[in-house]
Parts: sequence; C-alpha cells; structure tokens
Amino acid sequence: MENIVDQIQGVPLNHYIIFCSIMFAIGVTGVLIRRNIIIIMMSIELMLNSVNLLLVAFSAYRGDPSGQVFVFFVMALAAAEVAVGLAIIVMVYRNTKSVDIESLSKLRW
Amino acid sequence: MSELIWLIPLIPLIGFIINGLFRNTLPKIAIGFIGCSVVLASFLMSLLLYFDIAALRDSGQVAEITMHLFDWFTVGQLNVGLSFLIDPLSSLMLLIITGVGFLIHLYSYSYMGKDGGFGKFFAYLNLFIFFMSVLVMGSNYLVMFIGWEGVGLCSYLLIGFWYKNSSYAAAAKKAFVMNRIGDLGFLIAMFFILVTFGTLEYNGVFSQAAGMTVGDSTLLIITLLLFVAATGKSAQIPLFTWLPDAMAGPTPVSALIHAATMVTAGIYMVVRSNILFTLSPVTMEIMAIIGLATALVAAFIALTQNDIKKVLAYSTVSQLGYMFLGLGVGAFTGAFFHVLTHAFFKALLFLGAGSVIHAMGDEQDMRKMGGLRKAMPITFSTMLIATIAISGIPPFAGFFSKDEILAYAFQHNPLLWAVGFITALFTAFYMFRLLYLTFFGKFRGTADQQSKLHESPWQMTLPLVVLAVLSAVGGLINWPEALGGNFALAGFLAPIYESGSAYQVSLTLSHSTEFILMGASALGALVIAIFAYNKYVTRAGVPLQEGSEQGLLHKLSYNKLYIDELYGALVVKPLNQLSIFLYKTIDRLAIDGIVNSVCAFIVTSGKGIRQLQSGYVGFYILMMVLAIVGIMIYGILAI
Repeated sequence: MENIVDQIQGVPLNHYIIFCSIMFAIGVTGVLIRRNIIIIMMSIELMLNSVNLLLVAFSAYRGDPSGQVFVFFVMALAAAEVAVGLAIIVMVYRNTKSVDIESLSKLRW
Repeated sequence: MSELIWLIPLIPLIGFIINGLFRNTLPKIAIGFIGCSVVLASFLMSLLLYFDIAALRDSGQVAEITMHLFDWFTVGQLNVGLSFLIDPLSSLMLLIITGVGFLIHLYSYSYMGKDGGFGKFFAYLNLFIFFMSVLVMGSNYLVMFIGWEGVGLCSYLLIGFWYKNSSYAAAAKKAFVMNRIGDLGFLIAMFFILVTFGTLEYNGVFSQAAGMTVGDSTLLIITLLLFVAATGKSAQIPLFTWLPDAMAGPTPVSALIHAATMVTAGIYMVVRSNILFTLSPVTMEIMAIIGLATALVAAFIALTQNDIKKVLAYSTVSQLGYMFLGLGVGAFTGAFFHVLTHAFFKALLFLGAGSVIHAMGDEQDMRKMGGLRKAMPITFSTMLIATIAISGIPPFAGFFSKDEILAYAFQHNPLLWAVGFITALFTAFYMFRLLYLTFFGKFRGTADQQSKLHESPWQMTLPLVVLAVLSAVGGLINWPEALGGNFALAGFLAPIYESGSAYQVSLTLSHSTEFILMGASALGALVIAIFAYNKYVTRAGVPLQEGSEQGLLHKLSYNKLYIDELYGALVVKPLNQLSIFLYKTIDRLAIDGIVNSVCAFIVTSGKGIRQLQSGYVGFYILMMVLAIVGIMIYGILAI
C-alpha cells in the first residue's frame, strides 16, 4: 500500500488536476457534439472516470483512504448505469432502427 | 293558548311544505283539504287568541302576549330575537288574514279546480298566509321585515302564476321591482332606528321615542323612509302602478293579497309605529296629501276602465289612499277600521268578479257582460251589498269607516275633506257603473256564453255570503259616538296608542257637524248611484269601443293619465339606455378587454417560451451544462 501511495505521489498533484480536467472536458464535449448514443454513453464513462482518478489522487496526497472507497462505489454505480443505459439503447434501436439521438425528438410540443 | 302562538304561522308553513312537495302526486281533494284546513286551524287559534286578548282587556290587565322563540343573532350590543308579540292590533290583523284567507282558500278550491297548477297554487297561498302572519306577529322590525319581504315574494309568484304569458310575467316583475324600491326604504329606516334607539324591538323603540320632542329630525327621516316602504307595499303615488297590473294573477289572489291583506301591510306598519309618526307632523302632512292624491287619481282612472278587475284594482288603490289620508290626519283607528271593512267588501267584490269571470268563460270585459242578475242571483245580491258598502251608503260597513276618516280630515283641513268627498262620489259612480254594466240590461256576450251562464258552486258562493254579511254589519265594530255608539274598536286598540297619547288628535267636531258630513256623503253617494242607473240602465249606455272618439278628460282617465308611459319615458327607457351603454362600453370594451388581453399575453408568451422545449437531447444537455457553469461562476464570484 505504501508503495502505491508513493508511486502516485511521484507525479505532482497539479498534473493530475490538469489531466483530469482535460479528460472531463473531452467527455462533456463528446456528449454535446456526438449524435451516436453509444458514443455519448462512452463520453459519460469518460467523465465519471476522470472524477475517479481525481478522487484517488487527492486521497493519496491527503493520506485519507475514504476517497478510494468512494471510487469503488462510483465504479459499481457506473456499471449499473451502463447496464440500464445499454438496455435503453437496445430498446431505442429496436423502435427506431437507429442509434441517432436526434431520432428521439418526438417528445416535444 | 298563549304558549302556542308560534303554531299560527307554523301550520300554514307545514301546509306549504306538504302541498309544495307533493303537488303533483296528491289528489286534488287532498291538496284542497290540506290547503284549506291549515288556514282554518290558524283561524281558530287566532280566534282563541283574540278572546284571550279581549279577556285581558276586560280585566284591565296589559293586553299583550309576547313570546320569545330564540335569539336569532347577537352582534356586540345588538341582540335580535325571533319573537312574537300579540296585542289587540296584531290579533285583529290575524283574524282578517286567517279568516278572509280561509274563505278565499275555500273559494279557490272551486275556482282553480280545472287549473294544471292546482297544487302549486295552494302551496303559494299557504306560504303567503305564513309570511303575512309573521309580518303582523313579529315583535321587532326585523321579524316584520321577514314577513314584509316574504309576502312580496308570494305576491310575485302568484301574479306570475300563469308565467307562460309574457305580459303576466312582466306584471309580476314590475310588482317585484316596485316593491323593492319600497323595501329599500324599510331597510334604511331600520338602520336609522338601530343607530338612534339601539334596538329593533317595538317596546324599546316606542318607549324611547315617547321621550323625544315633536319634529325631531331623526324621527322625520325614519318616518319618511318607513312611509316610502309603505308607498311600495300599499301602492301609493308614486309607486302604485304595479297594483293594477297585478291583476294578471288568478282572481282569488287579487282578493287575498292585492285587496284584503298584503297591501294593507303598510297601514299596519304605520299604525304600529304611530308614536314615531305622531312625533313627525311633516311626515303626517305628506302622508295625508299623498294618500288623498292617490285616492283621487286612482278613482279618476277607475271611472272609465272596462276590465272588471281593473276597476276593482284602481278602486283598491283609491281606498288605500283613503287609509293613508286617515293616517296622515291622525285617524289611526279610522284608517285601521277602514282596513277591516275594506278587507270584507273588497275581497267580496273580487270574489264576486271572479264568480262572474268564471261564469262568462274567462271574459273580463264589462262591455260584453250585462243582465247577469237572473243567472247569478247570489253573486248579484252579494256584489250589490259590497257595492253599497264601498260607496259609503249607510248602514253598511264602508260608510262608517270612510266617514270617520273624512271627519278627521274635515277637522284637519276642510279642503282635504272636499277632495275626499269628491273621491267618494267617484267611488260611488264607478262601483255602480260596474254593477249596472255587469248585472243589468241585456246580455251583450256571445250566444255560446249565454247558454253556459251558471251560478257558481257552493264553495264559491259560501265565502261570498259570509263576506256579504260581514260587509253589511262590519260597521258595528266601531259604531260612532254621534250615532249612540262608543267607538268599540278605538277602545279595544287604545293600548297601541298609549305611549303617544299626549300628541294624539281626537275628534272634537260637534255632533251636528258630524251629522252634516255623514248626511252629505251618504246623500252624494245615493245621488250618484241614481245618476249611474239613469246612464247605464235606463238609457242602456255602453262604454265606447276601442279607438272611438273620446273627450279629453275621458281619454286621460281611460289611458290611466299616461302614468305608465311617463314612467316608461322617465325611468325605464333611460335605465335601459344606460344599461345598453354600460353593456357595450364598460362591459364589452373595458372588462372583457382586460380579461381578453390577459389571455392574449399568456398565449403570446407561451408561444415564445415553448421554443425552449425543442425535443433535442443535445440542446437540453447544452442548457444543463451552461446552467451549471453559470451557477459555478456565480458561486465563485459570490465567495
């Protein structure tokens, strides 16, 4: 354990923050501009994981393991979310024969 | 008996409820039996009550029975209770209401026998008896007001009884609206009484009023407003035009409500509040003049009317005018005496007219009648008695009551007497004209009508006979001193005037003057009767047909002095114009405009805002992100 913490602390904290911010921004951009539902799902995963990484980094720097416990919860939740999300995508595809998010614009005035 | 006085109004109310609820299911005989018997029961109780009161009077005790049913409402210092007061005045009124009421119920059983609304009719009549007895039994002004409004409602319902005829419905509306003007006066008067005396109970008001000075300005306002109320209910100038139109209702209604009872409510109210009125000589003067003017105008109009019920209607207005003349000159007992005798002979005249109309197959035009004397002997003889009574020929009832009023008027101002005397001559003329045109000469209707002429059944003739007897001997109630009597009615009613006795006028004319006055009016009426006989029987004159040439006075009288037209031009038309203006400008433009523009604003803004709901997921997410960024910036800046 000591070993892993040392290894994580081998990289300066600022680098983690910048890297995670970039990864999160990529995720947001992906959600905003892509129209393929599967890609949007993947972008959401990207955002989740960037936050996970940040949590781990802070946890290691502060010497507080509860941050890492959080990460496990987030990962479990993300798995459940993906399962539900994929199921929805399958149903959307069956109904519209497309995975284009714009095909779901029926729900407007 | 005195603990059970609340039964007097309650029993007719029960009759109303039963007849009203089961009007279509009960057989006619049951409805008639319930309708008549509840009023008979009330009459018998009123009779017992009268004997109680008379016994109290004889033994020298206070002849008053009060009964407090319950506190109606209490606000601050004000406590209004539903309570009844029986004294000589209200017990006599109850006798008229239930007694004449019962006879008219009995009469209606036959008269309305073939009408589809038989049950409804009896329900309304019972309801009327209920409200009328509440009106006279109340021990404060508010309970009187309940009855006052209630009889107005019944009057409206019964005038418009045949509501499918639009002119009848219009007559009902007219009566209601005109009564409403008077009722407003009553209401405001009540507020004034409340502010001045702090109570509405008669006892409290009158005992406090007795300590006030003559001509007190608050009392003047109160009495003027009460008089306005009386002009509405009792059909005086300027609110009298509803009563002739009220003849649209069935004839028993005209007899009961618009001759014998309801229209005398105004006189009852003034007699009840006599102390207030004696302390305001200005109101008394106005009352005398208005009463006299009404008497004269209505008698003048009655001279040329051809509808048998219209003649009687104007005659009623005229007689009510006499009563107000009597009240105005201080003859409270005289006026109330006239209420009593008028109830007898005018109810009789209306019922007789109803009997004639019944026999003629709903024909009301006297020009098409004539010679009915042989076919309808009972109706004829009873009508003859009533005509003599109303014309003021001794020894029948009308002579004494009218003469007492005229004697007081003479004492007050001989000019009032002179106009009253002329009115009495008019009265004699139009009444004998009615009698001669209807019962003498040749029959002028169709042969079909002639073959069907018949005397009415006993249910209709019995009331006629009873009322005829009362009209004949009614004068005994208050036999004048000049003729060896002792003014029994005045003695009986004395407690009513106690609190104001210091200011009461009493008759101080010498007996010889009284004899001259009596002789003049009796002789005048006789001469007029002979003159009318000569005109309508000997020379067989028949009123002119519609549209033929008429003299100026004749035309004025025939067209009712154009008062309806005048009111139409002065009040109804401007009001209609104003309503149309309000409808088109205020209602349509302003109010509707505000409401509609609020709607338009919401529709337009909704149209704009719904663009946000595009349905594109990407757009929503973009919004979400922008919002989060916005919140974050706000949070950073705020910290």
